[in-house]
Amino acid sequence: MTEKLLELSGLEKHFPVRGGSFIKRQVGAVHAVDGLDLVVHEGETLGLVGESGCGKSTTGRLAARLLEPTAGTISYRGADISHASRRALKPIRSEIQMIFQDPYSSLNPRHTVGSIIKGPMEINGIDPPGGREARVRELLEIVRLNPEHYNRFPHEFSGGQRQRIGVARALSVNPKLIIADEPVSALDVSIQAQVINLLQQLQRELGIAFLFIAHDLAVVRHFSQRVAVMYLGKIVEIADRESLYEQPRHPYTHALLSAVPDPDLDAPPRERIRLAGDVPSPINPPSGCRFRTRCWKAQDKCATEEPPLVRLDGNRDGHLTACHFPEDQATAGKDIVLDPALKD
Amino acid sequence: MFLEVNDLTVDFHTEDGVVHAVDGLSFEVERGSTLGIVGESGSGKSVTNLAVLGLHNPETSKISGSIKLDGKELLGASRSTMERLRGNEIAMIFQDPLTSLSPFHSIGAQIAEVYRKHKGASKSAAWDRAIEMLDRVGIPQPKVRVDHYPHQFSGGMRQRAMIAMALVCDPGLLIADEPTTALDVTVQAQILDLLRDLQEQSGSAIILVTHDLGVVASTAHDVLVMYAGRAVERGTMREVLREPRHPYTWGLLGSMPSLAHPVDVPLRPVRGTPPSLINVPPGCPFHPRCDYMELLGREVCTGERPELSPHRGHGDACYLPLKQKAEIRARAAGKETT
Amino acid sequence: MLRFLIRRVLGAAVILLVISAVTFFLFYAIPADPARLACGKVCPPETLEQARRNLGIDQPLLVQFVSWLSGIFVGRDYEGLGNCPAPCLGFSFVNKAPVFETIMDRMPVTIALTLGAAVIFLIFGVATGIVAALRQGKPLDKIASVSSLIGASVQIYFVGTLAMYFFVYQTQVFHQPKYVPITEDPLGWFNGLLLPWLVLAIIFTANYTRITRSTMVENLNEDSVRTARAKGMRERSVVLRFALRGTLTPIVTIFGVDLGTLIGGAIITETTFGLQGIGRLAVRAVDYSDLPTLMATVLLAAAAIVVMNVVVDSLYAVIDPRVRLS
Repeated sequence: MTEKLLELSGLEKHFPVRGGSFIKRQVGAVHAVDGLDLVVHEGETLGLVGESGCGKSTTGRLAARLLEPTAGTISYRGADISHASRRALKPIRSEIQMIFQDPYSSLNPRHTVGSIIKGPMEINGIDPPGGREARVRELLEIVRLNPEHYNRFPHEFSGGQRQRIGVARALSVNPKLIIADEPVSALDVSIQAQVINLLQQLQRELGIAFLFIAHDLAVVRHFSQRVAVMYLGKIVEIADRESLYEQPRHPYTHALLSAVPDPDLDAPPRERIRLAGDVPSPINPPSGCRFRTRCWKAQDKCATEEPPLVRLDGNRDGHLTACHFPEDQATAGKDIVLDPALKD
Repeated sequence: MFLEVNDLTVDFHTEDGVVHAVDGLSFEVERGSTLGIVGESGSGKSVTNLAVLGLHNPETSKISGSIKLDGKELLGASRSTMERLRGNEIAMIFQDPLTSLSPFHSIGAQIAEVYRKHKGASKSAAWDRAIEMLDRVGIPQPKVRVDHYPHQFSGGMRQRAMIAMALVCDPGLLIADEPTTALDVTVQAQILDLLRDLQEQSGSAIILVTHDLGVVASTAHDVLVMYAGRAVERGTMREVLREPRHPYTWGLLGSMPSLAHPVDVPLRPVRGTPPSLINVPPGCPFHPRCDYMELLGREVCTGERPELSPHRGHGDACYLPLKQKAEIRARAAGKETT
Repeated sequence: MLRFLIRRVLGAAVILLVISAVTFFLFYAIPADPARLACGKVCPPETLEQARRNLGIDQPLLVQFVSWLSGIFVGRDYEGLGNCPAPCLGFSFVNKAPVFETIMDRMPVTIALTLGAAVIFLIFGVATGIVAALRQGKPLDKIASVSSLIGASVQIYFVGTLAMYFFVYQTQVFHQPKYVPITEDPLGWFNGLLLPWLVLAIIFTANYTRITRSTMVENLNEDSVRTARAKGMRERSVVLRFALRGTLTPIVTIFGVDLGTLIGGAIITETTFGLQGIGRLAVRAVDYSDLPTLMATVLLAAAAIVVMNVVVDSLYAVIDPRVRLS
């Protein structure tokens, strides 16, 4: 049984919304993450997908302890780091690293590439045998950049190359877990594939675990062994890759998959499920099951009772779904269109 | 043919030199059909759209060639002619509806003013038309929302409002520049379906610009693949996606994992980075990134620039013989299924 | 909106209170004895004492401040000087005249000077900025920018005096600057203020030209302007309705600040042209340690700025729907 690296339990993060006429007080909260359980094992890649407002980015930041949770716990290798002080976190910082979405703003334009990659080593007091500079050059080669470019500045590189610099930076301290927050969304398609291949290679050769946060379902499927689907701050379904994509049990997962436009003309046709409206705001999430306002199967029970995240009959171990009326073979295969503009 | 573009060339004069954004581009769009233009950044797809609308700054750009809308030549047309056509016969929707709509005017006002300008309608008639359009694109409570401002709409609703604004005068040609790139995937699906439905109802031609071949597969009838300002492949959607004939198209398809792609097979991306448009590589602009150049030899690929051939039907701009292309495709497909 | 206004008004009152208190107490850090100044060179001790009582400066500081404050709302009785009805700003240490009346006498001068100049620099500055933005990079743009920069760098007393020499004395193009109440003689009012208006406007125009130009250049490249053009809107309409709209917010901001500052008194302009405005009054009050007048002018200047701030904030809500409806 591989070691549990990261464990999130009952995790909640609420951002206060301030209002009021005379004195600003908290009038509400953005329930960015509202009760989440997640485990990332050593060496595995867990994909986290969802649309805007689902809380996946916030989850990533919580996992890296860039934010403190409002409730619940974050454990790393068994130790509770939810509210650990900066000093207590120091030894762990080098084990959890992050790659960010925007290659243009995540690198300091005033530092050379070499010093950017060296940075984490200096901060964490890591001295590789052979010296830090040699290690930086080694890293540049690993990410397929020219080690001679040690002294260049970020603006001299393209978006894809900058993203690789970010990866090299994350690798410099030999992390056990990398949290990648939409690492390829801002890149051109052909460059995306280059970076994904690189990440896969690192995963295979170095055995690094990944928490891979993205909205592109096809990319997540390609890269992750297990996938969790988030909606309005909660996980609605989590399973191994095959189960999630072949037999989604949650209506939202089903709708999400059916919405992905597939360039593969030979792929088996999926039925068309069109939800109505936009993703609701996380400030006032619906009672009970949050998805019920857009779900075609919603019934009274869905408004009063929140469905627990459990393994349904017929599913593999580890395939958990939170739904009172999950999808099954009988309901699959039909087109469902809720969007008023598309009904004739 | 409703829109005929012939040998379109767009050059920009910048401090660093002349940027050859579009170079000898030709394509056609029929009424009632959708042309998907696929390309990445620097391919020239957005520049092409703006050229059709005549929105480039004449002082910094040089445009040559021919753009004919229903037989009328648009390049060189007077400013008043173009102003009459824009929003009326040709309409455009942009990628980011939040920045593309004016934050100071209500949605209703922005839609109504187009209608008033081109159809000479009265204020109240235009307002009613705006409400009607909002309803047609599926915005709930249109009578209430018509008074709202763009920032009060969610992303998907804003894009629908932009579509409503573009279609208010029943244009014959709608140009959609990456209309769903900024949207969530479930919302994207709604918008693409909406565009399809509206096209069926109105019979207008649509140019859909995107980088996502999946979007092309689900909405386009014909496809044009652009690279470094040129067309590298053109054909019907099935032709191009089933039997792609240009190494760049292969690269694009190989870069995107589909939902059925075998997971342990690495993606086959295009190596290298897009070329500079100031110093475009000689001959075939794709050759520095092409894996198949050795099959033809360097002189062929850096010599005379390949044009789309055949001229009609499924054409591509690569000197490799068709048979070899088929072999390469078969080999790649074989690799994928093992 | 109403709640917003109430909140701002309350905040403004607090600010004014604090400013008054700080000024009041700072005044006493100055080593000058107003009683002695009022009394004169030869001043027997009893007269000095009496002067002190008259001016009310024999009381402890806090009592003095509270008396002053309450006087504004309900009036106040001064020993030896009589009653001073609300709003009571005291009697000048220098000439024993009621401060409130003095200020009221001078207000029209300052207001006329301010508003006249404001109209000129606002219209001229914005117009120049628009022209510069539309003719960006061309000679007209450069001329506009350079001349407004020159205008901003000159000193009023220098240009003003030169202008008076050439345009008033030598060539009589302009009339001698002086203040004539508009009710008496509108033409005289206009003529008397024209030169000061122009000179004062020269200094301020530059800011408006610069901000209008840069904001418009930015706005002309905005996506929303591109959409307007894509809809077939006429270029002039695009410029005026869309691009210009975006410049309103920064212009309103600096206009509010400028107006507030000027109402407090355009000291140098008034001095250069010999106009009896609030600015000169304020300077004289400092010179002569005239506490009541000093307090009054400081309060007035502060109030002008605070009020303009509230007005500007309210205007944002009118201009920008995103502020109004968030």
